[in-house]
Amino acid sequence: MLTPLHKRLLNDFQHDFPLTERPFQAIADELGVAEDEVISALNDLNDKRFISRIGPVIPPNHIGVSTLVAMAVPEERLQEVADKISAYREVNHNYEREHPFNLWFVVIAADAAHLRAVIEAIEQETACKTMQLPLLDDFFIDLGFKLDLNND
Amino acid sequence: MLDAIDRKIIEATQAGLPLTPQPYQTIAEQLNLTADEVMARLAAMQASGVIRRIGAVPNHYKLGYHYNGMTVWDIPDDKIDDLGRQVGQLAFVSHCYHRPRHLPDWPYNLFAMVHGKTQADVDRQIRQISDLLGDCNRGSDVLYSTKILKKTGFRSRSKSTPSDSVNS
Repeated sequence: MLTPLHKRLLNDFQHDFPLTERPFQAIADELGVAEDEVISALNDLNDKRFISRIGPVIPPNHIGVSTLVAMAVPEERLQEVADKISAYREVNHNYEREHPFNLWFVVIAADAAHLRAVIEAIEQETACKTMQLPLLDDFFIDLGFKLDLNND
Repeated sequence: MLDAIDRKIIEATQAGLPLTPQPYQTIAEQLNLTADEVMARLAAMQASGVIRRIGAVPNHYKLGYHYNGMTVWDIPDDKIDDLGRQVGQLAFVSHCYHRPRHLPDWPYNLFAMVHGKTQADVDRQIRQISDLLGDCNRGSDVLYSTKILKKTGFRSRSKSTPSDSVNS
């Protein structure tokens, strides 16, 4: 399923993607293949959704303000409440988790006032209280994530 | 400081760089800039930390990482900076954040996301974090995601779509 080229593209190019006129050519040179092979392998990875994209990754709170929000939603209302929340364009992750706090999502807004307004609107629309867990500190040094691709 | 052009470049690239031989040129044409300016601004934003990295964003779930746990820990406030940094450096941790407690419902102030192909993998990772924290771990929990209801990258204007990927 994954070729050796796919695996190298997945693991070796999670950071330091070349900022040169022809970045795929630079990767191809490093891997000893042709530029169009790199591009077609990346298209493959994209089409099969093994990668969600190739591009810049922005840490939280560098652009706009955001917060993680948790809610304890009665089980029978979970889908309805989740759908309402997902419909907000300011909500960009929404997960169901196994816990009394069973709905977890991130709200991103242009400024603090907008963020507050969105959360108030969500509470009003769903009649559920929110627990807000904004980021205080980010300890992560992002060098990508070492994938074990050997059993595939 | 980011200016309007920086923001436009970020917006134009959040869905991914175009897979064309000259992707920065393609972006530049959309924004009425030159490829050199796009590259220079991306490099500057990377140097200042606005951009954390530029590269492939793997879809862990699709690649077989089906066990995704949000581990949460109650750490003394005076220890969290030191221990948070150590947990953030573990190879299997993909996000590591200090967040506020909400007592009495929520006593946890350190969040670390872990990913494994099996439950046993994740259990091992959690033990490793627990060993590292030692006596400073005053309580912990692990929340597994049972359903992804919505996931999009950063965006400020583009439309959103649901997806089954678990991690960015």
